Amino acid sequence: MSRRAFAGGIAALTLARRAGAQGYAGLGETADGFGKVTPGKLFAFPGDHGPHPEFRIEWWYLTANLVDSSGAACGLQWTLFRQAAQPGPQGEGWANQQIWMAHAAVTRADTHRFNEVFSRGGVGQAGVTAKPFAAWIDDWEMKALERTDDRTLAPLALRASSTDFSYALTLEADRPVVLQGDRGYSRKSERGQASYYYSQPFYRARGTLTIDDKPVDVSGQAWMDREWSSQPLDADQTGWDWLSLHLSSGDKLMLYRLRQKDGKDYPFGNWISAAGETQMIAGSDIQMMPKATAEVAGRKLPVEWQIAIPSRSFSILCKPLNPRAWMGTGFSYWEGPIGFAGTHHGVGYLELTGY
Amino acid sequence: MRRALWVLAVLLSHWRRHKMQFATLLVGLIAATALWSGVQAINQQARNAYDRAAATFGGIRTAMLVAPAGATFPQELFIKLRRAGWPVSSALEGRVQVNGRSVRLLGIEPVTLPVEIGNAPRLGAADLGRFVAPPGQTLVARETLSELQEAEGATPPISNGAKLPPLRVLPQLAPGVLVVDIGVAQRLLNKPDQLSRLLIGKPKSKPAPLASVVGDQLQLVEPTAETELERLTDSFHLNLTAFGLLSFFVGLFIVNSAVGLAFEQRLPMLRTLRACGASARLVNSVLVVELVALALIAGLIGLVCGYFIAAVLLPDVAASLRGLYGAQIPGQLTLQPEWWLAGIGISIAGALVAAATSLIKAIRMPVLATAQPHAWQQRQRRWLILQSLAACAVFAVALLLLQYGQSLIAGFGVLAALMFGAALILPALLEIILLAGQRAARKPLALWFWADSRQQLSGLSLALMALLLALAVNVGVSTMVETFSRTFLGWLNGRLAADVYISASDNAQGVAIRNWLRERSDVQAILSGGRAEAQVQGQPVELLGLPDHALYRERWPLLEAAPRAWSRLMPGNAAFISEQFSRRLNVRIGDVVEVPAPGGTWELDIVGVYADYGNPKGQLTVNVAALIRQFPQTPQTRIGLIVAKENIPGLIAALQKQFALDDRSVADQATVKAESVRIFNRTFAVTSALNAFTLGVAGIALFTSLLTLANSRLPHLAPLWAIGITRPRLAAIELTKTLSVALFTALLAVPLGLLVAWCLIAIVNVKAFGWRLPFHVFPLQLVELVAVALLASLLAALLPVARLARMQPANLVKVFANER
Amino acid sequence: MLSIKNLSKTFSSAGEPVHVLRGVDLDLRAGERVALTGESGSGKSTLLHLIAGLDAADGGAIRLEDVEVTALSDAGRASLRRDRIGLVFQQFNLIPSLSVADNLVFQARIADRHDAAWTKELVERLGLGALLKRYPEQLSGGQQQRVAIGRALATKPSLLLADEPTGNLDETTAENVLALTRDLVARTGCGFLMVTHSLHLAGTLDRHLTLHAGRIA
Repeated sequence: MSRRAFAGGIAALTLARRAGAQGYAGLGETADGFGKVTPGKLFAFPGDHGPHPEFRIEWWYLTANLVDSSGAACGLQWTLFRQAAQPGPQGEGWANQQIWMAHAAVTRADTHRFNEVFSRGGVGQAGVTAKPFAAWIDDWEMKALERTDDRTLAPLALRASSTDFSYALTLEADRPVVLQGDRGYSRKSERGQASYYYSQPFYRARGTLTIDDKPVDVSGQAWMDREWSSQPLDADQTGWDWLSLHLSSGDKLMLYRLRQKDGKDYPFGNWISAAGETQMIAGSDIQMMPKATAEVAGRKLPVEWQIAIPSRSFSILCKPLNPRAWMGTGFSYWEGPIGFAGTHHGVGYLELTGY
Repeated sequence: MRRALWVLAVLLSHWRRHKMQFATLLVGLIAATALWSGVQAINQQARNAYDRAAATFGGIRTAMLVAPAGATFPQELFIKLRRAGWPVSSALEGRVQVNGRSVRLLGIEPVTLPVEIGNAPRLGAADLGRFVAPPGQTLVARETLSELQEAEGATPPISNGAKLPPLRVLPQLAPGVLVVDIGVAQRLLNKPDQLSRLLIGKPKSKPAPLASVVGDQLQLVEPTAETELERLTDSFHLNLTAFGLLSFFVGLFIVNSAVGLAFEQRLPMLRTLRACGASARLVNSVLVVELVALALIAGLIGLVCGYFIAAVLLPDVAASLRGLYGAQIPGQLTLQPEWWLAGIGISIAGALVAAATSLIKAIRMPVLATAQPHAWQQRQRRWLILQSLAACAVFAVALLLLQYGQSLIAGFGVLAALMFGAALILPALLEIILLAGQRAARKPLALWFWADSRQQLSGLSLALMALLLALAVNVGVSTMVETFSRTFLGWLNGRLAADVYISASDNAQGVAIRNWLRERSDVQAILSGGRAEAQVQGQPVELLGLPDHALYRERWPLLEAAPRAWSRLMPGNAAFISEQFSRRLNVRIGDVVEVPAPGGTWELDIVGVYADYGNPKGQLTVNVAALIRQFPQTPQTRIGLIVAKENIPGLIAALQKQFALDDRSVADQATVKAESVRIFNRTFAVTSALNAFTLGVAGIALFTSLLTLANSRLPHLAPLWAIGITRPRLAAIELTKTLSVALFTALLAVPLGLLVAWCLIAIVNVKAFGWRLPFHVFPLQLVELVAVALLASLLAALLPVARLARMQPANLVKVFANER
Repeated sequence: MLSIKNLSKTFSSAGEPVHVLRGVDLDLRAGERVALTGESGSGKSTLLHLIAGLDAADGGAIRLEDVEVTALSDAGRASLRRDRIGLVFQQFNLIPSLSVADNLVFQARIADRHDAAWTKELVERLGLGALLKRYPEQLSGGQQQRVAIGRALATKPSLLLADEPTGNLDETTAENVLALTRDLVARTGCGFLMVTHSLHLAGTLDRHLTLHAGRIA
């Protein structure tokens, strides 16, 4: 048996991001026996930084928009996914039914590198602890330093390495994590599919990025999303287009739209002020228009977007740093750094799934 | 193109008028291809099986990390290595008893299993969940499932009472192994948090040096291309290949003579074609095309025959390999397209080689007939001298190989050179005999008899060479088999010392059985043995523990022994070594062997060497008490009993009833012996079958040669008929000539065959199996073979001679009328 | 049509050179029928073989119509034979495994010059109609030679060469066969060169040449 076969297996088991029989990537599968996402949860840290094994899926998702010493833009991704293969109490050792998976990628205008790793839970090859915070799989890790604050989840040390790239970053932040949606309750459909969702969009990142054994110093901004759920998507939702934007003003904007089989889509948004106050944006107030597509890995992907939020006099055009930022992993998607200009300008990350 | 087709049609018209010749050519090609590809099919089947076994979820084809002592190691080393960037996957292996059968249990971790583990079976995507999630699955090959007498989905218990996860067939899996999730394996084998090896995949980054992560707790084992099974079974397959090759060559002898004659007869036709304006290039290419087409047709038929030969032989081959080496070969033949292509290829190549001289002759042929060839005597003498010189060169090669060759291949090389040389020199020897006869002859008819036999020699020599080879191989192989058979039976009688053998399912049952036996008056002695496994100098070794009992001293056969060998075994610091293992390690009496034991190195003085026929593993025999002291985990489940003959059936019945033991777990000496002999006999069934095939092909060669020769004999016989010798008389003379030449050949084959037997016993067997047998000659068998050879020659000569006897005088007259 | 200039050929026998032809000159017009006689070993057959391109000359030139035979390669000579020359031998040289019908047509087939009407006419004129399905060994010598002549003429050659065509036939048969040949040669208009021992038969042709000591006398 090969890892490729396993990747197929994990598509059924874990957060496979390819559109499957049940909505997008199995995320639309019913959640019998798993924890239910309901409004009104009170988040508690550091506990909620750690895993929630009663829920089916969970991720620690970090993207960074960086500039190297020569001023060239680049980006990187570090993501750890957890999926419970079976509901109920989790056994010890190999009997544990958690599967872990991680993706790491670096993107420059001229190249995009990625890799993935899989692991069983229960034996220590992969996992997350809340205090002191550490998330790891093999030698990829994101972990707390000595003075890490539970409210800001900073500073953190981040590293990953593959055959043809590696990176090591320190992440600093002085504002607390931000609850998305309705105090951390993020609704994904009209029928109640939802997730718990908070972010730390205020990281300042600094470190070294190595491609083909050539290290460069990099610095910039980073954004971490923490999300867990048991059925975040409705069965007829096919994928999403998601953006995290660092505005030059210091404000942050998170936007996404979920696409449905019937062609309709539902946009959601959160505006986070530079001070860390969040405000939901009504779906009817968000206009997301694909402007240009790129053909990558045999798919047509909308990598340029015209986005407008009339109520905030916000209108921008987003362009990718590298339109070929395809994650050809076991389940595949597009994820890469973008820059935008218009009424506002800045950098961010775009994620396109289910294409 | 149309031109070429016309030339082809003209060439082919020859066969329409010479159907027998055509049949001969085809039979030769078919025989050559059939036996060769049959043997190849068997070898390929076996090799695929070894590959499957080797590749089972990272066998020896994968680099891995193991503990130096060969023991298990803590799982935390796996985590440490992963966290240091090592792309390792954990595995735990052990043996379990299922329904009284011992099978390998392999625990794997599918999520980290390296992609590179190439031809290992794949789990389907959706199946991964079922494999990992409780209750999990036990993957098993179909043949193993039926051997365990279980159905898919069953959850049979293993000997410690724990149940296997539901069985599921994975067709590509190697037989004899059960594959479960690593966690399940740790539970079933009662080795929590223990692993036996780590498979290494392709690195995804630059891992830290091994020693900096785990110190010296683990060591790297590089992947090897050759499996232990391949190494062990090499000799067996080489043996088959040698037979295949022999038949192939004998087949080519037939092709050669048929093609030679056909071309000779077609030379005028070729001349006419050329005179009529077909260019030399066209005629020659069409000749090659014709030959290739014939080879293609015959090759296909030969392949089909080869398939059937292989299918018929395979069960015996599989039984031999299982009995001799523990290798599991599926009894159902599956063939790859490569096999068909290779078979067709070898048929075409063989046909071209066999026809090479004729083709060259045709290609070099001038349009105009040249001057008359030399007189036959002159030509024949030159040919005999050249061939004898070649024979001497070949014999020299054999001597060199014998002197300097070390490998098994060299052993077979000696054999091949010996036989090839003998075949080459045969015509010269026969010439000397016939010349002597001619000189001694007084009567004119006798003189003609000898002289004419000599003239026939060149035409018959290929067939006689084939006969010589087939006979020599027959003599050699039968002598070896008979020798082995006798030695083996004698050895078995001594080796099976106890009267009743019991194999308890576990230690607890062993204790219970022993206690129960002690109460019985019909049991004269209880001999508790034990077996453990270890590695010595990187080779697997079986440690056999024997109790100290007078019976063994009296009957257990030793090939060589130091003084007081048995007594020196008692304290536990001495051992006997099996013959093949002593050769493999190059260890003799007086040497010391170091065995890694759980408590540290166990040093054993070698005080005896014993034969251990048919055991693929190296073996050391020690005192059983000492064995259990050094290897406390040794299962004490083997019990031998000394019982008066008349009490055996009752005791066995009582044992079976009391402890629910099946036939496999308790048996009397006779049954065990019968089983061993049965395995032994099957081992040589294949050899004997191939032997018979080869002799058959040689018979065909002789037959076809005589038949083709018969036609060209008419001009020689007609004058005799004309001077008043009757046709029956002529036929009788012809028959006598054939038989006497065959007899000479057969008589020459006997010493050659004995030489072959000696080679097999003293060189090939020792190199292949590690044991040397005493050399016996079985005269009756030799007489039998000579008789068979003569019978074969008689049958082969009968048809042409009968035709001669009944020939119309007009045909004989025609000789004079048509003579050019 | 056939023009031979100063043709020479030397063989070696037991190490000694034997000059078989020492400058032969010969011309033959289309439709001309010429007999060539000479004692044994005078080089008659050798001359015929050289014209047919069965062997290569040592010196001199042979020209058949527009082709310089002596300049041709082995393959070129083969195609010349195939397309323009008919050959008849003393031994008939039929292919024993082909029927009479197949023997008749196979050169024409190989030359790709098969003409069914012409073959039919040949069969009729040569009187082979009843023998078509037989094999050569079932025929008398005269019959075999008639088949051989038919084969040689089936391609409508420019030149018919015959090497002792009647050597194996009795006198009556020989005359019949030669008469047939003469008729057919006249019918096709090809040149005809026949080597023969028989002065009588030689006399029935248009011209009679004698080869002596390697030259045309």
